[in-house]
Amino acid sequence: MLRLLLIGLFTAGLAALVPGTAHAAEDAAEQISGTMRTSVSGPIEGIEVVVTTPDGDEVGTDETDENGRFVVDLPGPGQYTVTVPEDSLPDGVEFNSGNSRTVTVDPGRNQGVIIGLDDGSGGAGGGNLRWVQLLVDGFRFGLLIAMAAVGLSLIFGTTGLTNFAHGELVTVGAIVAWFINVEGGVPLIPAALLAMLIGAGVGAMNERLLWRPLRRRGTGLVAALVISIGLSLLLRYAYQIFFGGGSEAYADYRGQRAVSYGLFTMTNKDLASIVIALVVLVLVALMLQKTKIGKAMRAVSDNRDLAASSGIDVNRVILVVWMMGGALAALGGVLLGLSDEVQWDMGFRLLLLMFAGVTLGGLGTAYGALVGSIVVGVFVQMSTLVVPNDIKYVGGLLLLIVILMVRPQGILGSRVRVG
Amino acid sequence: MGEFIDALAIAVKAGLGFQAVFLALLAIGINMQFGYTGLLNFGQIAFALLGGYGIAISVSQWGLSFWLGVLIGIAAAVVLALLLGLPTLRLRADYLAIATIAAAEGLRLVFRSVSATPVTNGSRGISGFNREFVELAPWDTGRRYSILGTFWSGADLWVTAVGWTLVALASLLVWGLVRSPWGRVVRSIREDEDAVRALGKNVYVYKMQALVLGGVFGALGGMIYALGTGSTTPDQYQNANTFLAYAALILGGAARVLGPVVGAMLMYFIIQFADSGLRSLIETGVIPEGLLTTTDVAQIRFVIIGLGLILLLVFRPQGIFGDRREVMLDAR
Repeated sequence: MLRLLLIGLFTAGLAALVPGTAHAAEDAAEQISGTMRTSVSGPIEGIEVVVTTPDGDEVGTDETDENGRFVVDLPGPGQYTVTVPEDSLPDGVEFNSGNSRTVTVDPGRNQGVIIGLDDGSGGAGGGNLRWVQLLVDGFRFGLLIAMAAVGLSLIFGTTGLTNFAHGELVTVGAIVAWFINVEGGVPLIPAALLAMLIGAGVGAMNERLLWRPLRRRGTGLVAALVISIGLSLLLRYAYQIFFGGGSEAYADYRGQRAVSYGLFTMTNKDLASIVIALVVLVLVALMLQKTKIGKAMRAVSDNRDLAASSGIDVNRVILVVWMMGGALAALGGVLLGLSDEVQWDMGFRLLLLMFAGVTLGGLGTAYGALVGSIVVGVFVQMSTLVVPNDIKYVGGLLLLIVILMVRPQGILGSRVRVG
Repeated sequence: MGEFIDALAIAVKAGLGFQAVFLALLAIGINMQFGYTGLLNFGQIAFALLGGYGIAISVSQWGLSFWLGVLIGIAAAVVLALLLGLPTLRLRADYLAIATIAAAEGLRLVFRSVSATPVTNGSRGISGFNREFVELAPWDTGRRYSILGTFWSGADLWVTAVGWTLVALASLLVWGLVRSPWGRVVRSIREDEDAVRALGKNVYVYKMQALVLGGVFGALGGMIYALGTGSTTPDQYQNANTFLAYAALILGGAARVLGPVVGAMLMYFIIQFADSGLRSLIETGVIPEGLLTTTDVAQIRFVIIGLGLILLLVFRPQGIFGDRREVMLDAR
């Protein structure tokens, strides 16, 4: 638990550092900044931070804002000591190792400072069990993977395309919502709805401008696969030019404290993403099961020629699949950005886990993608019980390779599909 | 105009430098797997990573000799190919694609993880392992040499010379192999696997051999790259490099012996020319600062590669030298 806490603090410190260094290039003034938070309870407001020179002269003080951030302007580069008075901490929060840090600030740099805090929740006295916590986190993560993966699987089922550019649909949702939310000042919920609409539009564009003309030309599946990789590279690095290499958080719902539910703790936004994801996925399942277009999707996915000859407009069904896939991926991206911040390559990193989930569930089946993704999400999170946090994705990728070895058709796939 | 000539010179040097060798060797490996056998290996960069780190870890961390490092790198690549091939080669082509890309990303993450730091030195990487190799050079590696208006350090020149020799040997090997009975079997697997099986050939074994051979070429490429830069970091071995090699192969022409070589040289030339050309256009103010900054240029290359891949496959899947009937792009 302590290690998890430290990693949490470290990443929080990094996140604070990255935008800081970017700004430093513009105004070339030295600053010391950082974030005060504990990994379980989130950022802490109102902690006093004092910066002194090595001789003990006070340079400046600041109090952390509602995001736990503090920034102190410095007169110039050099060595400084950052101290937090003991009595400034709220009850129950303690220092991990000492209440001060001495750092050397280079010219023009915004130096990040990390002071480790511990709120006691990681200790043996806490009520939450680590594996239950990971199980719940994994379930949430798996639901996010599933949202994106349903589209991937249906696209594969209906067109045979292994879409390596699907991750970019996730990223576009997160980035569009970020711009509407942070730059446009629109609350996140309408921003997310707009992002879903745009995601559906991007999906439709994918189909209308690229894949349908290519199908008409009779482009082979392998060629289509490589084209989707080209598209993925093109979009991903265009996002990086457009959005920058750092990670950014949404303007709303920052810095929530985790609420304890007995065996585990969870922030309200995480709880909300679980509920949203569950509702959306149930709606998708109902649509696939009950509505005409849903039945048509399953029919095309099962046997395209038979579906076409029984009067289903296959191209229209595929278009709807793309739009639905785009909207779901965009929503998944927003929810992922809410919990892990928005990054230019977040979708690509999710893509491999989506493939793992889809393969586990059975390529081409919508329900398989759901089940498989949740299993992968839980597996990835639970694997941190035995492996360090920074290689937890590797566990998911290994799982993928093992599945291919043992049961290549997946949990819900039928054997004939694999040749 | 002067900037244009400079950009051209830099690009020519890039097209001949060890980076192009790296790309050429990756692409020769992919040509063996994808061009001739029809295997979709999207994790070629993982083999390069094992090659580069094979030398780096053996020499810098374990204190072994350089040649032992080369052997270890190659052996690691063979093991990876076997591990990946065993479960996936019996399945449809896209399963191998997904498994290999997952393995490449996973290996990179493992090599840069905190827990692997005692061996791989984490994301900071390893350096200082190429002295023994550079000392083998028959000329003075401390000087700079001028060739056709471009300047090379002695060490760079040595790495590049060895690299192109390797490329020549690899091409010769591929040329010999595809004309042998083995090559005919492998190419017919690409065309129709079931027919080959019906003739009593063990398709699985042939595919595995092609995968291993291509992986070893990739490992050699990774070694040249590591020796050229003098260091290895996990993030040098990004997945995008695999697709760069695919783009190079398809540009030159898949299923042609010299396709990957010409493609790699051209690819690096184009990328570097676009890179330095854009930089000088931004610096001289032809492209306004608000549209692009010099820091964006590094990303532009991947945008170009992506666009290039799409356009090539849509309009000319056989590349410059390829034969359309020989390019395996229709199979499932």
